[in-house]
Amino acid sequence: MRTIAYREALNEAMVEEMERDEDVFLLGEEVAEYNGAYKVSQGMLDKFGPKRVIDTPIAELGFAGLGIGAAMVGLKPIVEMMTFNFAVLALDQVINTAAKMRYMSGGQLSCPVVVRGAGGAGGALGAQHSQSLEAQYAHVPGLKVMMPSTPYDAKGMLKTAIRDPDPVIFIEGEILYGLQGEVPEEEYTIPMGKGDIKREGADCTLIAWSRMVHVCKQAADKLADEGIDVEVVDLRSLRPFDKDLLRESIKKTNRAVIVEEGWPWVSVGGAVADWIARDLFDWLDAPVGRVHQRDVPMPYAFNLEDASLPGTEQVIEAVKKAAYVA
Amino acid sequence: MAKTAPDEDKQPETAAEEEAEKQAHESEELEIPALDAELGEKLREELGDERLIEMYETMVLIRRFEEQAGRAYQMGKIKGFCHLYIGQEAVAMGSIGALEERDYVVAAYREHGQALARGLDPDAVMAELFGKVDGVSKGKGGSMHLFDTDKNFYGGWGIVGGQIPTATGVAFAAKYRDEEAVCLCYMGDGTVPQGAFHESLNMASTWDLPVVYIIENNRYGMGTAVERISAETDMFKKADGYAMEGVLVEDGQDVFKVYDAIKTAAERGRKENRPTLVEIRTYRYRGHSMSDPATYRTKEEVEREQRKDPIQRFTRWLVENELKTEDELKEIDARCKQRAKDAVKFADKADFPPASALTEDVYVDWPWEIE
Ligand SMILES: Cc1ncc(C[n+]2csc(CCOP(=O)(O)OP(=O)(O)O)c2C)c(N)n1
Repeated sequence: MRTIAYREALNEAMVEEMERDEDVFLLGEEVAEYNGAYKVSQGMLDKFGPKRVIDTPIAELGFAGLGIGAAMVGLKPIVEMMTFNFAVLALDQVINTAAKMRYMSGGQLSCPVVVRGAGGAGGALGAQHSQSLEAQYAHVPGLKVMMPSTPYDAKGMLKTAIRDPDPVIFIEGEILYGLQGEVPEEEYTIPMGKGDIKREGADCTLIAWSRMVHVCKQAADKLADEGIDVEVVDLRSLRPFDKDLLRESIKKTNRAVIVEEGWPWVSVGGAVADWIARDLFDWLDAPVGRVHQRDVPMPYAFNLEDASLPGTEQVIEAVKKAAYVA
Repeated sequence: MAKTAPDEDKQPETAAEEEAEKQAHESEELEIPALDAELGEKLREELGDERLIEMYETMVLIRRFEEQAGRAYQMGKIKGFCHLYIGQEAVAMGSIGALEERDYVVAAYREHGQALARGLDPDAVMAELFGKVDGVSKGKGGSMHLFDTDKNFYGGWGIVGGQIPTATGVAFAAKYRDEEAVCLCYMGDGTVPQGAFHESLNMASTWDLPVVYIIENNRYGMGTAVERISAETDMFKKADGYAMEGVLVEDGQDVFKVYDAIKTAAERGRKENRPTLVEIRTYRYRGHSMSDPATYRTKEEVEREQRKDPIQRFTRWLVENELKTEDELKEIDARCKQRAKDAVKFADKADFPPASALTEDVYVDWPWEIE
């Protein structure tokens, strides 16, 4: 199978959906003439012209709201946030309008908008540019939240997001854009709410999404050397999340550790841990473990940034603790 | 004329090249517009020769500092984003030069120039870019987050527009406490369409706040030209919508013009608590950040703009008005080069923050159990 980068996979998903459906269009800062700050929209202006690939002013609230309004009356906008750090400015429109339009109009209206862009930490970008804010969205009823970890997933999931009749928050891994992976030429989609087992194992379930899936896989490889056989589950979709898959995996391994790039308090990891503790209590041989960013804003200093982010070492430690071999 | 201004990186290699460049320069020199002579005379009286030369030296320092920062970035000593200020030196120096000690400065992410103009220690600024504990923000801020409360320097904002309401609040506090101080708030042209800009101007004017909003119009926000994101490209006119004074400095590469405009605006703030919106037209020579090749503008355009170089023009004015000789100005340049290199050395030698710093300064150090 051919190999392409994560950013190309996303590009293909958008291109194919725009070719398929006239109502799909892309807007955001630098998406057109500049070909995207992270080059995800490379070549799209040439293909579709300025009517459907639109450069906006630096006005996140305004252009997200514009996309949401267009969606309310039937278009299918893809709103690119250069990064999710800036999407904070658009939260009012996303939370107060898009998320509850269907509900508060008694089912008359919906907002088939996709808000997508880079998220996550790293690269010494400092406190205002290096954050994992998915919990903000996963908290809100009416939104769907997806975070792909591989090029294959990125393409299949984004196509699903674009076709979805509800607002979808689609957070890409800033550090993952260059990641290469196999992506078939033929058309495929990945259903909303479906997780994926990225590595089979019998002794402990590692639960992660986006970049942390890769950290977990590395940790799993190292743990395998020590005779601990770890399963890595990629949630892929945070809302809704794949309860069936988690049940199956934890019933097999009887241990779970959740690994997230974001902060620990009131987080996605916290919510998943809560659900596991209630739903699968009888199946657990150890408390649900958690690995996460340190509970501080991201420091710029390179040494402190590393010290703040979760890495394989912490994951290994958490798995050993759950397996009582530490 | 002393060749102070051109980027050091572009120094010719061979004698032949040097000769060719010199000739090219001489013909170009003819096209370099002079600084405003009348204003120059006025400021000379107002400020004195020494202060003008100080301002000149700071502008040269900013340029040399940025060149060194660019190199350090290429060597991997500075990480993350690094937005250089080369080309815009007259804006920082002209505006901050018009301030008094008690005044405030709030800047965005392209703020190394403003920081140096405000008198922040070049060692500490460079150390911050290196992520070192001796940096102005103890290594935890980085290029986009320089702060020095001793100098009333608040800024470095990574979020476009985030600084505008905050600067308005700083001005609010200055008025609240009858400080007769003004707050300068810098932003780029790309920031003007944002809601935070309009909300802030409205409050500042409605409530009579001593703030000077400076739009550094360098014509591009990242890769997007002004006319592609703003229906009104004369940005100073937006002041009309908020019943405040709007001022245009068309030649923002003339440090005298910038100084003059900001001086008036700052006094309006201090004396009448009235805000001003000042649009200053300028140009950035480099890409938006170190990772931007800036292919959205032509080589000709960049060269044309560089002919209006703020430092070269200041150099010529100083020589023609006999404040300094060419040789003396070369000495200043050499001193600034050395100062910038010393800053790199200092930053290189400084330590990274200790591991314990990771969790410091999230909150004020305060007991959770309050008796
Ligand atoms: C809210 C927000 N949106 C987007 C960005 C990404 N971004 C950083 S700088 C920039 C361009 C700003 O241009 P301008 O205000 O003209 O300043 P200049 O770079 O010219 O100094 C953009 C889009 C950001 N930092 N914050």
